[in-house]
Parts: sequence; C-alpha cells; structure tokens
Amino acid sequence: METLDKPLTKNIRPDRAFATLADYESTGGYQGLRKTIAELQPKDVQQWVKDAGLRGRGGAGFSAGLKWSMVPMDANAPQTRYLIANADEMEPGTFKDRILIEQDPHQLIEGMIIAAYAIQANTAYIFLRNEYHLAKLRLAYALQEARSKGYLGEHILNSAFSLEIVLHTSAGRYICGEETALINVLEGKRATPRAKPPFPLVSGLWGKPTVVNNVETLCNVPHILHYGVEWYQGLARGADKGTKLFGASGRVKRPGLWELPMGTPIREIIEQHAGGMQGGYKLRGFLPGGASTDFLLPEHLDVAMDFDAVAKAGSRLGTGTIVVLDDQTCPVQMVLNLEQFFAQESCGWCTPCRDGLPWTVTLLKDIIAGQGRIEDLDTLSGLTRMLGPGNTFCALAPGAMEPLQSALKYFREDFEHYIVDQSVAMEPV
Amino acid sequence: MNEPTFEGLSLAEIEEINAEISHYPDKAAISIEALKIVQKHRRWISDECLVAIAELLETSPAQLEAVATFYNLIYRQPVGKTVIHYCDSVTCWMLGSDQIKERLCRHLNVELGEISTDGEYTILPIVCLGACDHAPVAMVGDQLRLDLGENAVNEIFGR
Repeated sequence: METLDKPLTKNIRPDRAFATLADYESTGGYQGLRKTIAELQPKDVQQWVKDAGLRGRGGAGFSAGLKWSMVPMDANAPQTRYLIANADEMEPGTFKDRILIEQDPHQLIEGMIIAAYAIQANTAYIFLRNEYHLAKLRLAYALQEARSKGYLGEHILNSAFSLEIVLHTSAGRYICGEETALINVLEGKRATPRAKPPFPLVSGLWGKPTVVNNVETLCNVPHILHYGVEWYQGLARGADKGTKLFGASGRVKRPGLWELPMGTPIREIIEQHAGGMQGGYKLRGFLPGGASTDFLLPEHLDVAMDFDAVAKAGSRLGTGTIVVLDDQTCPVQMVLNLEQFFAQESCGWCTPCRDGLPWTVTLLKDIIAGQGRIEDLDTLSGLTRMLGPGNTFCALAPGAMEPLQSALKYFREDFEHYIVDQSVAMEPV
Repeated sequence: MNEPTFEGLSLAEIEEINAEISHYPDKAAISIEALKIVQKHRRWISDECLVAIAELLETSPAQLEAVATFYNLIYRQPVGKTVIHYCDSVTCWMLGSDQIKERLCRHLNVELGEISTDGEYTILPIVCLGACDHAPVAMVGDQLRLDLGENAVNEIFGR
C-alpha cells in the first residue's frame, strides 16, 4: 500500500493546499493518539519510540525515545514539564519542516500530543520562525480544529490527560534553533545558549524538565504508535529506521524534496529524484545535510543516507537536504558565503566563535581578493581546530568549521590558485 | 507619521501587551513579544518606545535594548511600509541572489536598509528562507516569492 511507504508525506499534495482535520482523519489521523490514550502508559510510549529506532531529525540523531526516558518522572520530580517543537528551521539549504507544517499541520500536532503524553507534559510550545507566515496561519487553524474535536485541551479524548499547545513565533536569528538558546528566547531573553549540564531534560524552560524535538521527529511519532514498531523498522533500507525527507538544491535538473527510506544512497537522490545535474554542469561535490556539514565528493555518491554511514564517509547526515556544488561555482567563494552566515549568526557569547568566525571570513576574503599568503591556509586549518568540538560553548562554530575543513582537504588547489595566481583575484561577494 | 507620541505607547498596544503578560510567569518574559506588538503598529522601535515598553514590563531599558538589538526582525531604525527580505544563504547565493539584490536596489534607487523615496519599501538580506528548491527567493512583507531571476523586479513590483 503506497501510503504506508510514505507516512510523513501521504497527505502532501502537489497544489500545496493543506490537510484539514477531516482530511487528516480520513487517512488514519489521530488513530495513533487514540491508541496511546486508550491502551498505553507513558513509559510504554517511550519504549515503543525507542524500540522503533527513531533518531532526531534536526541533525544530531539522538534517539527520541531515549531522550524522553531521561526526563525525571518519579514522584519527587517536578510535576511541571514542557515539550517544545523546534520549528526554527534556518539551516541554510534546508527546506523540509516548512513543507510538513504548511501542508499537514495535524501530523505535527498529533506527534506533539503523543510526545507530551509520554513525558506527561501539560504545556507544549511550537517555536516557529517568524518568516514561516503561511505555516503560522495553518497551524493556528489546525490547533483550533484539534481543540474543538477534543484532541487538545482538558481531558483529551475523555482521559485524565490534558495538554495546551502554545504557538510561539520568534524574531529571527539562527542560534534560536540551539535548544538551550531556544529556551532562553521563550523566557524573553537574548538567544545565547546555556551551559550544559544541567541538560534541559532536567532543568530547561523556567527551570523545569523540558524536551525539545525537531518537527520532522515529532511527525514520525503518530505513525509508530498507529502502525507499530515492526512496520516502522521495515520502512528503512539501511541501519537507521523509518523514512526521512531528503532534498536537493543547487544546479540539479529538478530541485525538490522526497520522502525516502532511511539509508537511500545519495546517488539515487541526486541522479534519480533530482534528475542529475543541469545541462553544462558537472557535480563537483555536495553538503549532504545543510550548511554545517562537511563536503563530500562524487566518489561518495554510493554512501547511504544514514547517520552512521554519512559519518563514516567524513560528514554528517544533518538535515538530509543536500546542497549541490557544481563545477562552475568556486568552492572557496561558497565557503566564504557559508562562513559569512555563521559569523553573522554567532550569538557573540564565547570568544572562539565571536572572534574566530570573523577572522575566518577576513582570511577567505583576502585570499579571494588576491592578497592571501600560503600560510593563511595553515591559519585556516588552525581555526578549524580552535573552533572545533569542545572549544566553544555550543555547536555553532564547530558546525561552521565542517564545510571549511573539508573544503581545505578536497579543494585545496582552488585556495592555492587564488594565492599563487593573483590574476584570478576578484572582489569577494 | 510613525514617530511615537511622547506619552509612549498607545492604548491598543498596552492592551495587547497586557494580554500576553497573563500567559507568562514574569513580565520580562514577553520582552520579544512586546517589541513585536509595538513594531506591528509602528513598523520600528524608537528609543522612546523602547523606554516605554521597558517601563511597562518593569525591566531596564538596557536589558530590553540588549534583547531588541539581538533579533534581526526587530527594527531599531525606520523601515518602509513593506520590507523585502531577499535570501543570501548558500543555495540562493549560488543561483544569483546578488543579482536579485542589485536589481531590486537599482529599481528603488536605495542601498540596503534605506527607505525608498515613496516610503513604501526597505530591502534587507535574510538567512535561508527554507525554500531552496525554488531558489532564489525573497519575502515581500509576509509573502514568499519563489524562483526569482531576471524577472525579479516585475515579480515583486508588478508593472
């Protein structure tokens, strides 16, 4: 049955209209929630999602069920807990959560209700980036529909469980997607990340246990509860479970987004689904999962889009939306564009990130302008270590270093060309 | 016409902000929301407004300023009636966002951040708008415009 192969996008239509409550219910919507409320304890829901093997779709790939199971829920634990849906999609090259929210908002809402039930949270927030205006309108409408049908509010489906979902729109900045920064924003502060530990699971929003899950992660949840763990595991082709939204953008024939089994080879995504490169262009490399993932090369096309397989190839699955580098785009300038983004979006809290990223940008600009020295490449390499994992407050700067370190490895001749042959120098953009 | 009156905030603004306060444990928690409410009415946040909001939320102007200047969608200087945000992140950059910026700025005869002489538009860059399969893209007010190219000026301003 075709719809069962593509649970996440079964209601998504080419005309970009959205599934109303009636549409959503007609394809099995809210059955997962009904089963949860009628038959399962919170611990059971955690176990189902853990057993299913659902890993976080925001990029980090942490087991969703395991995350929920780490929330203190015994009698001595704080009785107020929060669930937050991270809908702050802003990773350059990523366009998956927008589609899920705009076209099937109830799928996210049902996933949130089940997740909130699993951790017994009575208040949940959707942290939506302000620019997603259509998503905001459709979510507000869908939340109202869900309330009027008794899926949300007091005594959901006549059970003892109550939940209110608050739709919060932000005011910009990429760093808001970092979960502790996001929590600070909900408290009305600057979006600077918090020190960990304590982890939000223990002390998050207003000091209470808080789970933050990505939109796509939550969208998987209703189907696991409705169709079961075995069915979910059977969807995948590789080591990881379920399906995933994969995308491709850049100079491919048909840029787009497709729901495919986890473990789909990159080649299939770029060559079949995206139709290969546009006429006159060749594939030079790609970022497999957004701006903060290492470049891979055409020789990696047969790598499976799985968390561990992509990591083994030297990059990260990230958000699963591929940015394609063609042979006529300069990789050094592409890296400059990426580093300008990260330098601009640094929250400024910790020194390596606040000072290291603008330094990176300056060096790249100098190189492109024909004022670079060969030692600058060593300085850039040094920066990839100094701004790497463990040396900064959060993952922003280490993420920024991923495309740079891989570009220095794979496209070194492009950097050297600017330095050696000053005639190719240009005004950097 | 958008200069705030010296009394500070309008009744409507204060009512909207107070309605938000009731949902949160402390007043300062709605700092960002309050800035957005006032900006909706006045397009931008002047110093006078900032001080008035800080007073209403019982926080310091310096604290509120730190919040206001952090977020790129809170404007601390005047903008046109409609803000055009063109995406300058990686896919749009690769597919010509610089040319889009040039065309739009030339058409309105403005630099980034300026207001067009008719008061209608301000052009600003923005990070990835999450529509990379239709790059290059822009937001015109709250409307997303896809697949911009040589036609960008016509697409956005009509004929």
